[in-house]
Amino acid sequence: MSPSTRHEFQSRPSAARRWESAVLWLFRTATYVILICGALVFGNIVFKGSKTVFSTTAPFINVAFFTEAPESLYVFEYQGQKKEMGDREFRAFKTTHPEAKDIKAESYVYSAGGIFPCIVGTVLLVMGSMMIALTLGVSAAVYLSEYAKQGRAVTLIRLAILNLAGVPSIVFGLFGLGLFVIYLDWNVSLLAGWFTLALMVLPVVITASEESLKAVPKGFREGSLALGATKWQTIRKNVLPYALPGILTSSILGIARVAGETAPIMFTAAYVVRDKLPWEGLSSVSDFFFQGVMALPYHIYVVSSKIPQNEYTERVQYGTAFVFLVIVALIATCSIVLRNKLRNRYKW
Amino acid sequence: MDIKSPFSSPASGRSIPVTTSPAGATLIDIDHVDFYYGASQALHDISLKIEEKKVTAFIGPSGCGKSTLLRCLNRMNDLIDGTRVAKGQIKIRGIDIYDPSVDVIELRKRVGMVFQKSNPFPKSIYENITYGLRLQGRSNKSDLDAVVEKSLRGAALWDEVKDRLHTSGLGLSGGQQQRLCIARAIAVEPEVILMDEPCSALDPIATVKVEELIQELRTKFTIVIVTHNMQQAARCSDKTAFFYMGKLIEFADTRAIFMNPANAQTEAYVSGRFG
Repeated sequence: MSPSTRHEFQSRPSAARRWESAVLWLFRTATYVILICGALVFGNIVFKGSKTVFSTTAPFINVAFFTEAPESLYVFEYQGQKKEMGDREFRAFKTTHPEAKDIKAESYVYSAGGIFPCIVGTVLLVMGSMMIALTLGVSAAVYLSEYAKQGRAVTLIRLAILNLAGVPSIVFGLFGLGLFVIYLDWNVSLLAGWFTLALMVLPVVITASEESLKAVPKGFREGSLALGATKWQTIRKNVLPYALPGILTSSILGIARVAGETAPIMFTAAYVVRDKLPWEGLSSVSDFFFQGVMALPYHIYVVSSKIPQNEYTERVQYGTAFVFLVIVALIATCSIVLRNKLRNRYKW
Repeated sequence: MDIKSPFSSPASGRSIPVTTSPAGATLIDIDHVDFYYGASQALHDISLKIEEKKVTAFIGPSGCGKSTLLRCLNRMNDLIDGTRVAKGQIKIRGIDIYDPSVDVIELRKRVGMVFQKSNPFPKSIYENITYGLRLQGRSNKSDLDAVVEKSLRGAALWDEVKDRLHTSGLGLSGGQQQRLCIARAIAVEPEVILMDEPCSALDPIATVKVEELIQELRTKFTIVIVTHNMQQAARCSDKTAFFYMGKLIEFADTRAIFMNPANAQTEAYVSGRFG
């Protein structure tokens, strides 16, 4: 447009205008940087992990990886061909091929077989610790926000709980080792792991539960009490159900954390390797709680830092990481579906 | 005959006969009550007698203590930390409701309440009405159905909602929600219904409906209503108490308060010169 048609709303360069676009670009760049980082991490794991997890032939999924225990991989040359075999397969091969009895094979620990015991262990650890954390956490939150007299003491307790959230997970691991494993003599066991992990996520669960309880309008409580309900009747029928979606949202974060932490379980619940599955060889019900398990994050840690690296370990590492991500996503999806169902039922 | 006090908890055994007195007899006797929120005194030496099966209105400017007094009558103030009745007694049928032997749960079953902001629970209309009954352990379906219909008819809401009893109470309009809350309160058959500015959030048409409802309810219940709206007090109450700065300035027949107030402050307030 020609200068002659200048009008009063025409844009003029100004400091505010320049800041506007600068700030917009800063925010936009920050978001894209995060997106790219996330895409690189997930892409790397999915790309390399899917080579292990999927297969090119039917059923297109590496079933053995999901259903078998880890075992050593043997690599050897037989009749001019390079062969890779898991431990059991290799032994069977030697009995059927007597001439191969003295064959020289290189062995690589944990590079064959699957990760079934780790999947089972992680699922057990997550379920047990979330049950403990939700029971303790929701109870404490109900007490703090509904029953306790608000004052300095409660404020201090809240502050202490918040600080607990900042404690490094290795400290929880050592605490669990000291209290549950050694002092209470539970040994390295599911139970010790459950409580250690539960303690670790308790601050998140308590804080979020309190927030969701506070978000329930006061009118619902008053209306219920005015009808002659006791405090507990009011909370059970007319407060907790409405707070549940929020509590579940927070526990989704808790699940991801519980499933992924290595430090708290490495001293309290996790075994490097265990032949038996958790339900095998139990002589009594209590044995179930006092056994250690294998776990996905600990398996990743062991495979990637405790054993000599070679060309064959990588696929186990990435495969395990990929499966781990999928499991966390699955559990989280279940919680989100449940939460949305509850949310739709109680809307206000 | 030995009949249990209506408010004593089942475990404690103070026995005072329940008498049904004719309309006009004193039901609630507020006797020289001082009330504190922490260190600040909200009520100063309040004495008044609320009569049975009459509508008593509390009027006065904001912060004058009328809602506080109302919430003393079913001990809703207990929910606020640091509140206390420092002096005096509130008696219902001669029983001091702040006595340690009184079970506040029993008291609230007998003294129902409707709040300023309508607060239907985020449940179905049916569940809203039966909430109080289920608390008492009543679960017989036909019994509950009958109460739901009776209460909704009593709250003049039946015809509007009878086809959607199982939809959410929050789907109703503001006025319907408030009448639902009234229906919920009368479902447990209290003796007294406390109404804390029940129409302050309603439009004029919904207000008229609630006021008409109050006229119907007065035959069965003793009603105490707090209101900002002086015309409302004039229209629907038998007795009116005027409060100012935590003190009871004047308490008399509604007609007298509005036509011929004894106190200069009352006259200034009802004629709109302040407040």
